[in-house]
Amino acid sequence: MSARSAGQTLWRPVANLFTRWALQTYDYFALLLRTLITTVTRPFYLRDMTQQMDTIGVGSLMIVVLTGLFTGMVLALQSAVEMKQFGATIYIGRLVGASTVRELGPVLTALMVTGRAGSGMAAQIGAMKVTEQVDALSTIGVDPIRKLVTPRFLAAIIMMPMLTMVTDLLAIFGGLLIAITKLNLSTDLYMRSVYYTLADSGFVLRYIPIDVLAGAVIKPVVFGAVMALTGCFYGLRTSGGTEGVGRATTRAVVTSSILILALDYFLTQIIIVLFIE
Amino acid sequence: MERQSHDEIEAELRQAVQEELAEDAKRADDGPRDGREVVIELRDVVRQFGDNLVLDRISFQLFRGETLAILGGSGTGKSTVLRLILRLDLPDSGDVFVMGSDVAHCPVDEMLAIRQKMGMVFQGAALFDSLNVTDNVAFPLYEVTDLTEDEIVAWVERALSFVDLDPERVGDLLPAELSGGMKKRVGIARALIHQPRVLLFDEPTSGLDPITTTTINDLIRKMQRELTVSSIVVTHDIRSAFRIADRVALLAGGHIIFIGSPEEMMASENEYVQEFLD
Repeated sequence: MSARSAGQTLWRPVANLFTRWALQTYDYFALLLRTLITTVTRPFYLRDMTQQMDTIGVGSLMIVVLTGLFTGMVLALQSAVEMKQFGATIYIGRLVGASTVRELGPVLTALMVTGRAGSGMAAQIGAMKVTEQVDALSTIGVDPIRKLVTPRFLAAIIMMPMLTMVTDLLAIFGGLLIAITKLNLSTDLYMRSVYYTLADSGFVLRYIPIDVLAGAVIKPVVFGAVMALTGCFYGLRTSGGTEGVGRATTRAVVTSSILILALDYFLTQIIIVLFIE
Repeated sequence: MERQSHDEIEAELRQAVQEELAEDAKRADDGPRDGREVVIELRDVVRQFGDNLVLDRISFQLFRGETLAILGGSGTGKSTVLRLILRLDLPDSGDVFVMGSDVAHCPVDEMLAIRQKMGMVFQGAALFDSLNVTDNVAFPLYEVTDLTEDEIVAWVERALSFVDLDPERVGDLLPAELSGGMKKRVGIARALIHQPRVLLFDEPTSGLDPITTTTINDLIRKMQRELTVSSIVVTHDIRSAFRIADRVALLAGGHIIFIGSPEEMMASENEYVQEFLD
């Protein structure tokens, strides 16, 4: 085999992979654009949206409660071991409050909801795709993006901040349980400590701590959008029967999770530059 | 509010359909040919998937009130033809005209309006899993008409009765609770509920036992007689095709090998046609 043909043999799969990735990225942003357009143009499917709000919000409530509670408890427990050495256990509230509201609350909530609702979206739409139900919608004259994607997209960006706030509150409560039972701190001291850490980075509109705005509103809205869009994207691209549905579901969860973690870094950078520095 | 009777509702809708039909006829730039109006026309359509040339410059016409059966083996592009007509897929080259509109190039809104004048019966019926039979059949009316709840209920009952299903008995059942034949019939009821001008069938009898196959074929013939719709039936079932079609087209190797009446096909001396019939 000549050096040239060997080079071509190696290069072709790489080029194909890159082309596929580029086309997929283009399709993803095209879906985002069409979804954004359908959020502001008629007809609206409000009933489908409220149904999805129930599925995403109420359906994920229990896992979010447990995630928040145990995360707060374990955070307080782990940090107490280190902080005891310096006699700094009174700052447990600061640590739990800051790490939960800024990072763990939005990220853990998004990952948990992705595992539950994002996978469900990919599986449901994927199953509709392979059984031609999505085509049936089109033939009836209904836009599948408007009917299937937009209600899920809107429901996710509405419900994700609420679920994040639940996680944050439960994590702070979990930390409080440990602070009271293991560290003999008073509720007042712990809660003040949480408040001061949130107030540290300043306020927007006078009363809203920047940490709360960023961690409980901006990040969850973006993560919700990513979760819903990715779930629907892979659902709509499903092919190959039930095996294809399984593949689409896995891809949706993996891609959403990676996007959420990567976007968390960039959002944090942007928030620091815009509000804190 | 005074409740309208079924007859009044039907008369109103028939009038609306007649008016739209007149508009369509005016719009169709092809106009009648040899006294027959062309409803669907494919001109030199090419469709390729990767290296696989599925359709190679195929052309045919469907006339108003006619039933055309497209026959062919697996993977010969029969279902692709239906997908191109509905713009669920786009041709690589060539034109697809439906009721005078170039569906490959018309705006999305126009395409949605064209689709509302067509009905499609899918191979697996494609009923919505989460909706019961009544809601499945009523779905097009809820989505694309302004009919009242009472009118929709009346139309659903009529459509289910037309396909020989008892609305009282099956109305509340979910698709998972239906047999294959019943699913197909509900699929047909959903396809015809909004009085389409064109009906497309993708393998309507595949996977069905001979008795249910006969029932579905009889239903298609009943629709031709009573609703005078134009239909394209994609199938590999020669017996069914001959029973229901006015004309038959045979697709192979990306080309239409034969198109004509069932009698002409039987008499054809084309080697491939004879092989296919045997």
